[in-house]
Amino acid sequence: MNKKWIVPTLYILFLMLPIYGLLSMSFKTTNEILGGFSFFPQQFTLANYIKIFTDPTWYNGYINSLIYVVMNTFISVGVALPAAYAFSRYRFLGDKHLFFWLLTNRMAPPAVFALPFFQLYSAIELFDTHLAVALAHCLFNIPLAVWILEGFMSGIPKELDETAYLDGYSFSRFFVRIFIPTIAAGIGVTMFFCFMYSWVELLLAKTLTSVNAKPIAATMTRTASTSGYELGLLAAAGSLTIIPGAFVIYFVRNYIAKGFALGRV
Amino acid sequence: MRKTTNQKAWWLVVPVLLLVAFNAFIPLMTVVNYSLQETFGDNVFFWEGVTWFETVLRSDRFHASLLRQLLFTGMILAIEIPLGIAVALSMPRKGPWVSVCLVLMALPLLIPWNVVGAMWNIFALPDIGLLGYSLNSMGFDYNFTQQPVSAWMTTVLMDVWHWTSLVVLLCYAGVCSIPDAYYQAARIDGASGWAVFRYIQLPKMKRVLTIAILLRFMDSFMIYTEPFVLTGGGPGNTTTFLSIDLVKIALGQFDLGPAAAMSLIYFLVVLLICWVFYTVMMRNEEQ
Repeated sequence: MNKKWIVPTLYILFLMLPIYGLLSMSFKTTNEILGGFSFFPQQFTLANYIKIFTDPTWYNGYINSLIYVVMNTFISVGVALPAAYAFSRYRFLGDKHLFFWLLTNRMAPPAVFALPFFQLYSAIELFDTHLAVALAHCLFNIPLAVWILEGFMSGIPKELDETAYLDGYSFSRFFVRIFIPTIAAGIGVTMFFCFMYSWVELLLAKTLTSVNAKPIAATMTRTASTSGYELGLLAAAGSLTIIPGAFVIYFVRNYIAKGFALGRV
Repeated sequence: MRKTTNQKAWWLVVPVLLLVAFNAFIPLMTVVNYSLQETFGDNVFFWEGVTWFETVLRSDRFHASLLRQLLFTGMILAIEIPLGIAVALSMPRKGPWVSVCLVLMALPLLIPWNVVGAMWNIFALPDIGLLGYSLNSMGFDYNFTQQPVSAWMTTVLMDVWHWTSLVVLLCYAGVCSIPDAYYQAARIDGASGWAVFRYIQLPKMKRVLTIAILLRFMDSFMIYTEPFVLTGGGPGNTTTFLSIDLVKIALGQFDLGPAAAMSLIYFLVVLLICWVFYTVMMRNEEQ
């Protein structure tokens, strides 16, 4: 009966293998990598990481990514909060259609929008700025935020609102003083998911930038294609992109399912 | 929840509406515009009507990539759903190992998609990657850059690696909501393990499982970055899925008309699945 632990253990092992491959390669020298396969790095080196932290084209990639991701997270959650409240508390003309239409944008394939986005953001002269990417990622992050927040808000009884209004609170005062602190955990989880989805997306971020706001992901693909086989450097850069997720994940571990299911679990 | 009717709630939705509409309507109209006209550059357009739609719907290339897409989606669903259920059912429900499992399993979900592609590329390199080297030294002839079968296998395995955890986490949330009393009752009745799964666990997981299947269907249908970085759609065209083909036509060949028509057809398919998702979700919530 109690041999159940074997399945999750094997599964986790399977998940860790490629990550280990990436990590071990990031500590190898180029010669060792091209020389043949080795499970452990033979000549342990930090040169790849040093190169990333000293070369502006590399570390600027991280800074650019972080800037637009943070901008996007705040825009998305900021506008999604009142909207999610409206969807969870009120019935109004076209509410269901609107809610559905938001979902279609979460599901829209970015490939369909790549070219028109390039033209749109060039036309309003935002091309190659952090704001362009932050706004473009709103396409799928605002619907995501509205759906997740609505899920959290629907778990809060309406009596809370009604009591506050009876006590003479105005809507805005109630919303900021009482409601937002009540769903603080939900807001945290939503911010985490906005951050994540903006962090992992590449196609739009790459299309909308060239030099000044180029994300780390795009820097990596360029290295892979132009300068041939700098695999160690690529592996080090990849390993570093795992850190933000790994860092925050412990705090949201009990809400991961809820977030990925758009607040519907 | 009982909702009150209040038309003023519209004001709360306006910022969302404006921002998303800006990102959705204008580009969509651009696509519609291209799909109905022919251009030779210089911003000169000629009316073409539905010609491009006919071209795309009749082209072998579109059929081929649609077929590959459906095959891929079918394959990953057939592997990820049973595997996800199996792992979720055997996960511990109490104790310190729960957090460890959750954190480690969620890790692949949070890695940038191109890094997933790059990681698997490195992992599968035939001579120096962990997977490729192991397979070759075990006597399999494996090279994902040249053999279509290997490339397919690697792409599917990569997606299983990347997204099975989503199914696991959702099913786990469903399983955890089953009260202990149910299991005790089953034990008293002498129910077999299969009966417990079929009549207690599966019905409780139905809701989350529906969400998992629909989400995996949608997301695998628009997959672009991971296979693009891993195989670049090759060898040949063997792993060119819909999104990859679309970007090739639009940005590679700059055939805007056919690309736009294809975008709209693609979008309609997505819209249809989305509607199914929404209907199922709302019915779930009413229950």
